[in-house]
Amino acid sequence: MAVTPAAATVGAVLPAPSFSSSSLMRDAFRRILRNKLAVVGGIVVILMVLIAIFADLLAPYSYTKTNFGRLNEPPTRDYLLGTDNLGRDLLSRMIYGARVSMLVGLGAQIIIVAIGVPIGALSGYVGGRVDLVLTRFVDVMYAFPRLLFVILVMSALGAGLMNIFIAIGLTGWVGIARQTRAQVLSLKEKEFVEGARALGAGFRRTLFKHVLPNALTPIVVSVTFGIPEAIFTEAALSFIGVGINPPTPSWGQMVGEGQQYLRSYWHLCVFPSIAIAITMLAFTFLGDGVRDALDPKLK
Amino acid sequence: MFHYAIRRALWLVPTLLAMALVTFLVMHATPGSPLDPVAEGANPLSPEAQKNLARAYGLDKPLYEQFVIFIVKAARFDFGTSFVYKTRTVAEILVETFPVSLLLGGMALALAVAGGLTLGILAAVYQNRGWDYVSVTLATFGVAVPNFVLAVFFIILFSFIIPLFPTGGWDSPRNWVLPTITLALGPMGVIARFTRASMLEVIRADYTRTARAKGLAERPVVFKHALKNALIPVVTLLGPMFAAVGTGSFFVESIFRVPGMGRFFVLSMTGRDYPMIMAVVLTYGVFLAIMNLVVDLLYGVLDPRIRY
Repeated sequence: MAVTPAAATVGAVLPAPSFSSSSLMRDAFRRILRNKLAVVGGIVVILMVLIAIFADLLAPYSYTKTNFGRLNEPPTRDYLLGTDNLGRDLLSRMIYGARVSMLVGLGAQIIIVAIGVPIGALSGYVGGRVDLVLTRFVDVMYAFPRLLFVILVMSALGAGLMNIFIAIGLTGWVGIARQTRAQVLSLKEKEFVEGARALGAGFRRTLFKHVLPNALTPIVVSVTFGIPEAIFTEAALSFIGVGINPPTPSWGQMVGEGQQYLRSYWHLCVFPSIAIAITMLAFTFLGDGVRDALDPKLK
Repeated sequence: MFHYAIRRALWLVPTLLAMALVTFLVMHATPGSPLDPVAEGANPLSPEAQKNLARAYGLDKPLYEQFVIFIVKAARFDFGTSFVYKTRTVAEILVETFPVSLLLGGMALALAVAGGLTLGILAAVYQNRGWDYVSVTLATFGVAVPNFVLAVFFIILFSFIIPLFPTGGWDSPRNWVLPTITLALGPMGVIARFTRASMLEVIRADYTRTARAKGLAERPVVFKHALKNALIPVVTLLGPMFAAVGTGSFFVESIFRVPGMGRFFVLSMTGRDYPMIMAVVLTYGVFLAIMNLVVDLLYGVLDPRIRY
């Protein structure tokens, strides 16, 4: 007799799984839409991505086109945001700079997830000696200040977009690996995983079909916050001159070069600074929104 | 507790060794050699002369032996001569610049903790009212906007438009104001956000309700009962905050022309001054690792629930 209520509950819950996988995301999406700051952030992010994609169409000039008759000009009708010390159009250079920022922000996250998630999942799921070695390694990496390590790697590899990917990827996976490991560690003890195993699911099926999808929320949150961090890292690297190779424009590099002439040619530094500030704020607002939406408890 | 402290301190050794190894290997993996005759502007040395020079600098020895020599010398704070400032040893430069960075970093950290706690407490006590929005806005700006961008805005606002402070230098306390604030804002934002969350949790706890029920005034409830407990998780933040202030100083010192270690580090990056880069990375690494250890132990002292 005591079994009946439980069975009834199971019956009531049963239809849910057919659409539950999309429902978490749909719920989260609805919650984000209610968060005004996150919506504003999201719109700005979409705009930035569009600018990055269509830079060739949007930029009034080529980012390498010099005009030695008009150096360091403040904003005019010909050059809406002015020109730099080689007479290049600042607006065009900033539009192409968006491309670098977005590429680094998104590309670095793909590398970080591709390295960090498998390592963390394996470490947590297999346990034992594999786990011990990996945790020790991760602990040491964690003790190293991130930015310092990235700068060190960049100084060895030399400037360049590809090297930035490598440097951020090499150092960034540690955090996400840690998080994935912690998730997998607690999930693998849960009844539904035991159930999957009891039903004959193999190692790979259990890990990828049952454990990892449930560990996804913190990974998604970590990725949304990782994007602005990567953008910041690129800007910081380019600021001190070990990031993007000239003549490819990068906002950080423009701020770094422009700040030396701040009093005479304020526009060289101020406009890229504003671009960085807006982008970083937009991604942060969006990240906060995603986190609150996916996991209301975390707030 | 004592055993834990010892064990934690002993863990410092392999961590630092690993750090040194990574630094050493990365520097060795760098393409090009000082003796390479193909390098731009290098002396056209005969192979014999190259061999002699390699022997003189110990570059002919196997890699692990070179690493041991590097470690032994680094332990004695001997990092050799700077490539860029050829007449000075790296140790001399560090001794001169580290105190400047320490002063700037110390002031920034103090400001960040004081400001962050104040903002966090105000935000939690006046949740969803004016103060909350002010503090959350400030914290978000501090967290999201890189400090070199903040520096640009501050210089324009407080040096050009309202000429209150100089744009750079380090001669008088008036020069210290802008760099300190710029460096402090990021960590301050993190601390404020964290304090707010921690305070909100504690304010809803049963013992806070008990304190109120006893008839205590708002002030002792907030400061004696709530804050004391809310502070414990905030302490864990201090470790990462040291790192944030440390790496943040590269940019702030460069923009405000502060003669500290961070500025020298950035200059040595562009000059490919490898002895200098290695020394600075290790100095920061050692300093931060020790600070992390101190914070971990402090955490154990503050929270009696933690047993080792």
